[in-house]
Amino acid sequence: MMPKLPFLKKHASTSLSTGSSTFNPVDRSEIFRASRRDFLKIGSLAAGGFVLGVNFQCSGPKGELITFAPNVFVSIGSDNIVTILAHRSEMGTGIRTSLPMIVADELGADWSKVKIMQAEGDEDKYGNQNTDGSFSVRMFYEPMKKAGATARHMLMQAAATEWGVAPSECDTEASHVVLKGSSKKIPFGDLVSQIQTMEIPKPESLVMKDFSSYKLVGTDVPIFDAKDIAMGKAKFGADVSLPNMLIAVVQRSPVVGAKVVSYKDENALAISGVKKVVKIDGPGLPAGLDQPLEGIAVLAENTWAAIKGSQALEIEWDLGPNQTYNSANQLQEMLKSTSSSGTVKRERGNFNQAKSSSGKIIEKTYLAPFYAHATVEPPAAIADVKADGSAEIWAPSQHPQWARGAVAGVLGVDVSKVRLNVTLLGGGFGRKSKPDYVVEAALLSKAAGVPVRVQWTRECDLHHDYYHSQSAQRIVATLDGAGNLTGWNHHTVFPAIGAGLDAAPPSDGELDLGCRDFPYDVPNIKIEAHETTAHTRVGWLRSVSNIHHAFAICTMLDEIAETRGIDPIDQALQLLGEDKDITFAGEMVGDYGNYGEKIEDFPWSTARMKKVIQTVAEKSNWKQNLSAGKAMGFAAHRSFLTYVACVVMVENDAAGNLIIPEVHYVVDCGIGVNTDRIRSQFEGGAQFATSLAMTSAITFENGKVQQNNFDTYKIIRMPQSPKKIHVHIVPSMEKPTGVGEPPVPPFIPALANAIYKLSGKRNYELPFKA
Amino acid sequence: MQNYTLSINGKSQDVTASEDMPLLWVLRDLLDMKGTKFGCGQALCGACTVHLDGEAVRSCSLPISQVGSGKITTIEGLSETGDHPLQKAWVDHVVPQCGYCQSGQIMNAAAFLAKNPSPSESQIESAMEGNLCRCGTYNRIKDAILTASKSL
Repeated sequence: MMPKLPFLKKHASTSLSTGSSTFNPVDRSEIFRASRRDFLKIGSLAAGGFVLGVNFQCSGPKGELITFAPNVFVSIGSDNIVTILAHRSEMGTGIRTSLPMIVADELGADWSKVKIMQAEGDEDKYGNQNTDGSFSVRMFYEPMKKAGATARHMLMQAAATEWGVAPSECDTEASHVVLKGSSKKIPFGDLVSQIQTMEIPKPESLVMKDFSSYKLVGTDVPIFDAKDIAMGKAKFGADVSLPNMLIAVVQRSPVVGAKVVSYKDENALAISGVKKVVKIDGPGLPAGLDQPLEGIAVLAENTWAAIKGSQALEIEWDLGPNQTYNSANQLQEMLKSTSSSGTVKRERGNFNQAKSSSGKIIEKTYLAPFYAHATVEPPAAIADVKADGSAEIWAPSQHPQWARGAVAGVLGVDVSKVRLNVTLLGGGFGRKSKPDYVVEAALLSKAAGVPVRVQWTRECDLHHDYYHSQSAQRIVATLDGAGNLTGWNHHTVFPAIGAGLDAAPPSDGELDLGCRDFPYDVPNIKIEAHETTAHTRVGWLRSVSNIHHAFAICTMLDEIAETRGIDPIDQALQLLGEDKDITFAGEMVGDYGNYGEKIEDFPWSTARMKKVIQTVAEKSNWKQNLSAGKAMGFAAHRSFLTYVACVVMVENDAAGNLIIPEVHYVVDCGIGVNTDRIRSQFEGGAQFATSLAMTSAITFENGKVQQNNFDTYKIIRMPQSPKKIHVHIVPSMEKPTGVGEPPVPPFIPALANAIYKLSGKRNYELPFKA
Repeated sequence: MQNYTLSINGKSQDVTASEDMPLLWVLRDLLDMKGTKFGCGQALCGACTVHLDGEAVRSCSLPISQVGSGKITTIEGLSETGDHPLQKAWVDHVVPQCGYCQSGQIMNAAAFLAKNPSPSESQIESAMEGNLCRCGTYNRIKDAILTASKSL
């Protein structure tokens, strides 16, 4: 038996508001020379080199300054190799390449002589490493530039002294300091000993490079790991192997909150290779966000024996209060609740008055299911818990510090006793922010006294995810006699992240994701949230509640445009009105989160949105007369501070199957760092959204997930996938914002609107029935 | 438990395993060859694709007892230095996002191209239908296969 797991509320709460960090990216980083001690930690790569740290200072949730202890980000070796530490988790966005690009470009390093090293999970050293909420580039663009500029200035100073010239006569290029107007140059590596004792220049003395002189930032740079991946050499979570390691496969509570009454493990232990059976005590209810579910783990010498062993267990469960849960019934109840009054979360004007005096009322309801993340790499983690309680972990984790803290919590040791190595992630999409699987590995290693890899099967993954919530929405729109949109009343209800059996409305943070930040010039707006319960674990999935909010809003707008007899793009431009920065002042009940940023720093800009909409109309040739059997649909949505407009084209193939021959995306994400990875995120986002729109749904009966594997939880495959995905990046010098999540929300309604134009049938429910 | 002698990437390998152990776990757990990935265990996602006598097979669902004297090729054996035309095309098109499914994608594509060196787009789509990519790199996979087909 193992001790009951504490609920690590501190960590859980950091991500509840928006599924992302609350740190403000206004740059207050400090650059410093790393100490001898820090130097030694990465000494093997920086031998004889110069190491420069970035000391982050960020605003905490209440505006207080948070300073992180010294850390190490960039080193220059006497071998002229520049090593840059990647402190964000790589799950396919390319961040392991994009952030080092910024440092290298400002420094003037030869990219082919840059090495990238993955940092371990350590909040004291690296600040918040939670890789979700599409904010890595947003938060670290300025600090990365500053680190590069600091090293560049020191190198130029050293070379200038050598040449007897002013530093302003020097420049850096291809990992050399060059003397302008001459052929003189010195490799960075030859200047290391001079800069080791040099004073770090004051930030105000740094002259940053002009954007136009960047050679990497703003261009297509191949990802660092491409060749390793193509050769099968890239190391993901489950690829870590330790001596004497056992592999664990766990049978977990089939219903959230279920507890083991008794179990028989004789048959499991009789399987060749099975070594041990260990019970994991779960918290019951509430299930929490960072704890394992209750379960019985079979530990074996190899994965196959562990899988067979887990299947051979006979477990009697007390299924608890969720055993009667049926998701379809709940969805109907949620839908019903939207026809009554909810809690008002935003109000402008007087909607009820607008309704009573309106010429026409359009009222529609929208349903969306639970979704699983279904990363192709199922969760896996390796733990080596030593006799003294210290532990070393290897995990494909989006949030290594949360995992580290959760592991320390269950082991009852200080976090400094837990070392967490971040591997590559075989997909994340929000699933691997949760540390439950990492905690399992730690508990099992402690119980077994040997290193343990916990390996989730696909069935484990689909049955025990932190699902994207199912949702019901009702939108009531009013038109006056002249056909003007006068009122907008949006009701939304879905089990909130972290909710349980007590009925609760979605959090403000979730409503801020594409619902109450409705930007259009409608004189009367009323946003209402309704309560419901959660009978499973709810988490965040790529773009979170923007998924269902954008679906409802952008299909409703299409329907309103049709009723008004105007083009939906013309309508969007008209409703955005004049160029302005929307602050929602005086309208929100409770603070508007704005993705953790101050609205003054990142306002809701109608000008930027209009620009992406106008551009998508032009690029997609929106007003063209399409040949029969083809149709286009439009949607635009701001999420994670990035502005996206999308046009999707559909047609039926000879067999009558719907295909998506063409997609146009226009994105304004501020300064684009790695343009190829911006495009790839949008290409992939369209595919991801196609699955959400057309094929995927998780349902529950008697508290149990009904989908077991990819045959019933369907992901779009190559023949059904969108064909030509054009991604147009608006040139912008605005502060950079993220691109991981923003492609998803507008795609689904654009597809729905295209299908309507093709077939005359509107889809009000995800996934589409036709 | 049984003793088996397998031919993997041109090398003879002796292993002891239960006869129902899928080739995937023989490769990953017994031989420490981690390039072949686990995705579903039911031959539904293609992440575990290897070649058996040149045919693409899902190693998660192929028991070791059925391998016999068949010649197995894994991603590690596709080329010595990553210079198979598909691997080069994968890098040139920067196909991978997370990269996890790509060993299986490349192995599936390699077996397909060996049989059909000049495929059409729709032939590629049908041939690759069994390989899932959650990141959604399908169009770059298709482009990379077309590029590789031209250099064969």
